[in-house]
Formats: sequence, C-alpha cells, structure tokens
Amino acid sequence: MTDQVTTQEVLTTADGVPLKISLKRAMRKKMITSLLLVTPLFLFILLTFLMPITDMLLRSVDNKIVGELLPRTIPLFSGWDENGQELPGEDIYRAMVEDIKEGAEAKTILRLGRRLNFERSGMSSLFRKSARTIKRIEQPDSYKAAMIKIDKRWGDINLWRLIKRERGSFTNSHFLSAIDRQSNDDGTIGPKPEYKQIYIKLFVRTMTLSLLITFMTVLLGYPISYLLATLPTKISNMLMILVLLPFWTSLLVRTTAWIALLQKEGVINDLMVAIGIISNDHRIVMIHNKTGTILAMTHILLPFMVLPLFSVMKTIPVSYMRAARSLGATRFTAFRRIYLPNSIPGIGAGGILVFILAIGYYITPELVGGVSGTFISNMIAYHIQGSLNWGLGAALGTLLLMLVLALYILYDKIVGIDNMKLG
Amino acid sequence: MAKLPPYTTTGGYIWHYTYLAICGLIFLFLIFPILVIVPLSFNAIPYFSFTEKMLSFDPEGYSLRWYIEFLNSLNWQGAIKNSFIIAIFSTIISTFLGTLAALGLSRPNFPFKTTIMGILISPMVVPLIISAAGMFFFYSRIGLQGTFIGVILAHAALATPFVLITVTATLVGFDRSLTRSAATLGASPTRTFFKITVPLITPGVISGALFAFVTSFDEVVVILFVGSYRQRTIPWQMFSGIREQISPTILAVATILTILSILMLTAMELLRRRNERMRGMAPK
Amino acid sequence: MNKVMKQMLIAIMLVAFTGGIALAETEMVIVSWGGAYTMSQQKAYHEPYMKLHPDIKIINDDSAGTGAAKLRAQVEAGNVTWDILDSLAADAIALCDEGLIEEINHDVDLAAAPDGTPASKDFGDLIVCPCYVPTIVYSTTFGYRTDKFATPPTTIADVFNLKKFPGKRALQKSAIDNLEWALVADGVDVTKVYDVLSTPEGVDRAFKKLDTIKDSVVWWSKGAQTPQLLADGEVVIGSTYNGRLFQAIAVEKQPIAMLWDAQIFDLDGFVIPKGAPNKDEALKYLKFATDTQRLADQAKYISYGPARKSSAPMVGKHAELGIDMKPHMPTAPANSKRIVVKDHMWWADNQVELTERFNAWLAR
Repeated sequence: MTDQVTTQEVLTTADGVPLKISLKRAMRKKMITSLLLVTPLFLFILLTFLMPITDMLLRSVDNKIVGELLPRTIPLFSGWDENGQELPGEDIYRAMVEDIKEGAEAKTILRLGRRLNFERSGMSSLFRKSARTIKRIEQPDSYKAAMIKIDKRWGDINLWRLIKRERGSFTNSHFLSAIDRQSNDDGTIGPKPEYKQIYIKLFVRTMTLSLLITFMTVLLGYPISYLLATLPTKISNMLMILVLLPFWTSLLVRTTAWIALLQKEGVINDLMVAIGIISNDHRIVMIHNKTGTILAMTHILLPFMVLPLFSVMKTIPVSYMRAARSLGATRFTAFRRIYLPNSIPGIGAGGILVFILAIGYYITPELVGGVSGTFISNMIAYHIQGSLNWGLGAALGTLLLMLVLALYILYDKIVGIDNMKLG
Repeated sequence: MAKLPPYTTTGGYIWHYTYLAICGLIFLFLIFPILVIVPLSFNAIPYFSFTEKMLSFDPEGYSLRWYIEFLNSLNWQGAIKNSFIIAIFSTIISTFLGTLAALGLSRPNFPFKTTIMGILISPMVVPLIISAAGMFFFYSRIGLQGTFIGVILAHAALATPFVLITVTATLVGFDRSLTRSAATLGASPTRTFFKITVPLITPGVISGALFAFVTSFDEVVVILFVGSYRQRTIPWQMFSGIREQISPTILAVATILTILSILMLTAMELLRRRNERMRGMAPK
Repeated sequence: MNKVMKQMLIAIMLVAFTGGIALAETEMVIVSWGGAYTMSQQKAYHEPYMKLHPDIKIINDDSAGTGAAKLRAQVEAGNVTWDILDSLAADAIALCDEGLIEEINHDVDLAAAPDGTPASKDFGDLIVCPCYVPTIVYSTTFGYRTDKFATPPTTIADVFNLKKFPGKRALQKSAIDNLEWALVADGVDVTKVYDVLSTPEGVDRAFKKLDTIKDSVVWWSKGAQTPQLLADGEVVIGSTYNGRLFQAIAVEKQPIAMLWDAQIFDLDGFVIPKGAPNKDEALKYLKFATDTQRLADQAKYISYGPARKSSAPMVGKHAELGIDMKPHMPTAPANSKRIVVKDHMWWADNQVELTERFNAWLAR
C-alpha cells in the first residue's frame, strides 16, 4: 500500500501516477474500507437500539389518537373560543356525536376515553356511557341538548376546553405530569395539588441517594485503592481479586446476598441476637428501605470506583510523598498537599461513572428499596408495565435520559470516552 | 508502604496498623456478602441462617437438596437452556460486529471518530430501564417482542460496546510498523491481516467476547421487557423468585453463578497476561 | 388401519428428527399467573383437554403479571403471539372497551350447565364485559398470626386498631382495596363505600384513616409475600389473596388464621386477544375448560370459588389433603357475611387519579 519508492523530480509511483494523486487514492480507499468496517455495527445499533430509544422519546409527546378518533370534531374547534364562557356550537356537538358513533362502531372510542382519563378522572366512564347510548341520537332538534341529556358532563365547558387543548398530534401533558405540573382549566400551567406531587421528589431522591452512594464509594474506595497502588505488585494483584470478583459477579447474586444478610431473619440479625446485642423481638429492619438500597448499591458499585482510582494512583510516583516528607511535611500534610490533588482525576472519573450508573439503577432498588429506597427508574417501569400510562413513563424516561447524557458529556470532557477501561 | 521506615514514630505505627485494619474491613465488606451465600445454599432447612448443626460442622446440617431442586425444576432447566442460547448467539453477533467496527475506527484519520464512537457505545451508557422501555415499544411494533430473535438482538446491542472498547484498547497499543513491514516484505493485505493483525488482536477479541457473554448472561432488565416467559433466562427466573420470596434454591443458583464468575475472572486474567506477553510487555 | 399406522410412523419420525418438537401439533399459548395457580389450571383444564385432543399442545406462559401491558403492545402492533390470557376483571373490562380482545357469545361459545341453563345465566352477573369468561371468584382478605394476640381480631376495624392489636401489617402497595377497607374500618357501610369515595371528603377520610397505621405497614407487591411475612413474624396481620392464605394455613400448617370480614371479591378469567394466532382452537378450549365440571375440578387444587353457579355444589375435597374445600371458599356463607363488592367501572374512572395520590402519599 505504501510502497512508493522513487527518486525522480516529479514524484511518481512505480506505475507512473504522480505520488500526490496516488496517495490521495490510497487514502480514500483506506477511508472507504474503514467506513465499510464500521457501517454494519452502525446500522445494527441504529436498528436495535437508536430507533427504540427514538420510539420512546416520541411516545412521550405522541397524541395522534385524539385527532384520529375525532376527525370531524377537531377541525371545527378553531371556530370556538375556549376562553369565553360559551359552550361550543351545535356544529361541534354534532361532529362529536358522529365521531363517537363511528368510534363506538369500531370499538375504538374508549381508547380516547382512556387517553383523556389520564388528564381528568371520569372521562373513561363518560365515553363508555356515551358510546353505549349515542345510537339513540337521531336527527335531534339540538345535538347539544341531546348529548347533555345523555350525560350532563357534556355541558361542562372545562371538559371541552380539555379536549380542545389536547387536540394536536403532540401533547406536553406527559412532560408536565413528569415535573408535577398540569394545565389548569383556564389554560395556564401550574403546579399539581400538593398531595399529588411526587416525581420531582423522586428525581431529587434519586439524585441525593446516588450522590450519597457515590460519596460512600469514594470513602471506601480511596483507602483500598491507595493500598493497592502502593503495595508490591504481587500482593496487590492478589488483593485485586477481592475487587474483581464482585465486579464479575452477577448483579442479582449480589443483591440476593444482601437480602440474605440484611433481612429480619437474615444473617446479621441472627448474629446480633446470638451474641445478645438485640433481643429476638427487636430485630432491626435494614432492608426494604433506604438503608437497604444504599448498602447494596455501594457494594455493587464500589469496584467501579476502585478500578479508575487505582489506575490513576498507580501513576503517582512514590518519590513525591517521600520528597514532601523529607522537606518536613507531616504525614497528613504531605498527603493533603501532594497525594490528594494528584489523585483527584481518579476520584472525578470514578465518581461520575458511579453516579451515572447509580441514577439509572432499577433492579437493586426494586428488590431491596421498599417504599423509601426506590428510584425514578422504578416509577418508569411501573408506568410501563403496571399503570400502562406509557406517555408518562416515556416522559420520565426522557428526562432521566437527558440527565444521564449531560453527565456523560461531562465525563467525556473530564476523562474522555476513549479512556474508558474495563476490568 | 510495604515496610515502614526505621524512623517511624509510635503514632505512625498505630496509624499504619489502624489503616491496614480499615482496609481489611473494606475488603471484607466487598467479599463477605458473596462468600456468605455459599454455605447457606447447603442448608438442610429452608432458612437463611446458620443453624447450630451447620456451625458445629455436623454433616446433617448440610444438604444438596436446593441444588437438586434447582436441577429438577422445569422452570430452571428451561432458564439454563435459554440463558446459554441467548448469550451464545448475542455474543457471536456482537463480537463479529464489534471487532469489525473496532478495526475500522482505529485506522488513522477516521472522520467524526469521537461522535461515531459515542453513538456506538451509547447502549452501555443509557440506563437499562430506558433501553428496555424503548425496546419494548419498538420490538412490539416490529413483532420481535417475546421472541428469541428479539432478545438476542437486544442483548447483542447491549454487548457490542464492551467488544468495541476492549478490541479498540488492544489496537491502541498496536504497533502499525508490524503491518507495514509485512506489506513491504510482500505480504498481501489479506495475508497481513490474518498473519499479523489477527493474532495480535485475538486476546482483545476473546476478552470482548467474554464481556459480551457475561453482559447477556447477567442481563435482567431488558429481558423482563423484551422477553416473554418462553425466553426466560436464569436472571429472569431469579428476579421473579426474589420478588416473591427468596428460597434457598436461589442461593444455590447464586453460588453456581459465583463459581462461574470466578472462572470468567480467571480466564480474563490469563488473557491479559497473554496479551502482555504477546506484545513483549513484561507484567508490571 | 394401515393409513393410521403410517401416519403414526411419520409422526414418530418427525418427533425423533426434530428432537421432541412435534411439528404436527398446534401449540396454543395460555398466559397465566404461574406457581400454584397455573398448576391448578394445568391439572383441572389443560391435562384433560390435551388428553382429548392429542394434536393440541398447551404452552404455559407465566407472564400474566405484565399481561395487560404486553397484550396492549402486541395488539396495537398487530403482532399477537398469545392465544388466551388469564386476566383480572378490571383489566378485561379495559381491554374489551378498547377492542383489544375478542367478544364472546357466551351462550353459543360456552357449554351450558348440566341442567341446560345457558352459560350466560349460569355465570350470571360475573360476566362483567362481553369479552370475559370468568373462571374463579377470589377474594383479597386478611390473615393473622394466631399466637400473637390473646383475643383474635374479628373485624376490619381491628386491622386498623394498633392499640388493641399491636404489630406490623402487610398491605398491597396499591390504592385499590386499601381505600375501601379504610372507609369500612372507619364505619362506612360496605354498600356505601364507593358513594363516599366519590366525594373529595370521602377520599380525604380514607387517607386519614390509612395515616393512622402508615408507619406500621409493610407494603407488598406480590401475593406470595404476605404468607411469607406472616410466617417469618415480620407482620402480625396481612392482606393477600385467600388462596395464598389457604396454602399457608392448610398445607404449610403455619400459625395463621383467616379474617374474612370485609373481604373484597374479585374475578379471574380468560380472554382471547384480538388477532390470536389460534383463535378457533382457543374458543374450543374455552368451551371445555370453563364447563361446570372443569370449574368445580379446579377447586380441588386451589381454594378459589368456581365462577359458575352450577359448579358450586360439585366442589369436593382437596386433591392431596382430602379436606372438604367448601368451607374454604370465599363464597361460603360463613365467610361472606360482610363483603365489599368491587366496583370495576368506578375504578376505571378513578384509578389514575387515586393511584397518583396514593403514590405521592406513600413517598411522603
């Protein structure tokens, strides 16, 4: 490939092509080969990973269902002023009757009821009732009167305001819910009633617990990383196994182990009862709460702190500390002024890594977190598999994703993705 | 650190041994939870405590009943089979694609290298619950939810970043003059690739494959969303077991998995040494 | 005869060649709850059915816990892999409302009672929506430790009485059931529960009552947790499905007793997803599995009441223990002196709102 050997004045390759062109060609060929090598994986990740993520992002704002199920009603809304005190006109009522009739026929109208029930309780039954009885409305004098006769809620202007507000193909209501806010009946956006606020609190809890866990991993990881970095290689390699074994052990195994240790009938409580620290009736509750989450996750994430910290400490020459000591610094001063500043990059790298991993944790909080130790991930899972409020689940997921990506960029700036090491 | 200098004061000695004791406790914290489940899994009765018989090493206190239950249960048999099928196929896919891409990316002057690298390793960075949710929606849409193919593709996507990173790391220390000299000596690019590049990156590829295998084998969030009961893996079975009540059978499974991870760790360590030898680097 | 032999030979060869995967069979996927419950269905429905129809192979998929979510995604995407889903009444109503499951013509598709009563009459008002074939009546109720109290608790108010009955309680991490119980314990008549809950003051009242025991509650998410918590002594009173408690009391002989007061009835039954791959086979199976005899048979294996009126007199003894199952049915007269009848329609409207509030209340 690079076998151009020539000493002529105009540099050419053996077959007479000028070197410059030949080089360019070779470069392009190389570039194409490289691209061809990367393309399969890129397409694979696009299809199996990026498109699913996009799907989730879109679901957080998707609202097509309203337009699809109310094709006659929606276009007419422009003729009605929702800020006034008047109910919509006869034309809108008539369009609504026709839309519901069609939706009742196709058995799809209750999907709309379900969608709107996330915004306002009772919409589900309103549409169920209307779908059942709407056949009775045939050529009435007033569609408005006929609908209100079916259910008086059709005469509530706030209900119409809600439908008009949610008429678009996209909605912000899931994101508002995800930050404990809502659209009020008058169209303004305000906080939800206090007794319903939860997600901000959960985000804050996720962050504070993750921060606490990160701090714990630094606290526990620093001394042993220092020991590993300063011991002779033979001994430190042996001790390293104690860090690597947990690293390679399944997350579920480690979580199981903590349940066996911490639960009321578990090893630690048994031990304390046996040596008489506590009585059998006063076993300590250490799991299914915050404590359980913090302990188990600190244990699970500790190797992710030790490994980067160790590799940074390994590069700090021993002579630095000796020099400081010989210049009269006390052990503590030498450590504080010399070693600690030099190891800060390791703390930074490990800290961000642990924090990123912690805020997205799902399995461990789910199994040992109880009520007070669960994270935002558990709420996302709940909305997708339990409450089936997929829009809200996706909105919470999007917020979490943005948070993680921001941290990831920070990590890239400080450490560099290329320097990510494993094991 | 190994030996204290002769001028160490008494305070220094106390401090030093206190420090060592603290480190000992931290190491204990790291390893004890994993080791404690091993004897408990041989408990003769269904509790998670050491019985008196166990503590006095009475053979009657121990039994293999939970291991037998594990091996006899149809649920677990299916889970073992599925775990291996899914892990093996996703390892093959991710190792192949990841190695190719690493070879491409590590060539000099690759355009938008950082961006593309960032995109390709994003499955490792995005929290699993988000990947799982997205895959659940999207794979349902294209009919892959609840199928083996769907789970295998999902796991392969999660595992490729690990292959990419380990193989790239091997190539960073790759001495390009080796391929060049092969070329100048008349070897064709293909021959150069198979005679020079392949042997040099093999340790990286194998450790990447091991990472990929473990990623799939231990994965529990995505399988819960993308998989169905028919694709249940060992972690799936463990998760649903723990959620209901943790039986000693789960401790038996956990013990087996721990032994498996010790084997993995050993394999990785051997590979690392081989890699260093291959490149003529003495182990530090 | 020769032809049959030949076919059998081919079938055997096929089985041999495909390593046990018989291609000639139709595989029908039934999604249920797993554990003892699926086992009871296997014994009472699947095994006799497969004996009658050797060409059908029933595959149990224990995903019913996330069934509604996965079914919804499958049907929306037009890619259904399940033939039958075991579903709670509330889920079935929602799925049926939205046209995600097939409607069933109960009198045509299902067997009549032995005396000729058409199926729709035999099931009566347990057919909560046109798509639903109820199989069992279960109840969510309380169990308590018999060795922890001098006088045992007898009413739901006792569950909320920490002074007289100290100790932890296990309750489901859900607004449903708990709000009803809170009101009944606070003196609301069981028939008025939903009327009271429909007012903002009623909801406040329920949460206020729950506040009084909040610090003593262990919240469960899976039905098997309560028997375990009771057996371990982590709680002294706990709610769960009556079949789980029966298992702990009668089979495992734990010191636990039932507190049937204000039990909340619910249903479990079969639905067919829209676009099920073997819809016709699924209907045939339903006709067999939900006839009078089969429903009565299931009660031999698990203590849930059959959904057909005609099955009730046929409930016999437990298959292994030999105990008469009738007094253990939630529908037994002694057990159902005071019951809360769950209003599924009411919950369909209010679940989002109240669950939101309940979750926020929990996190506080």
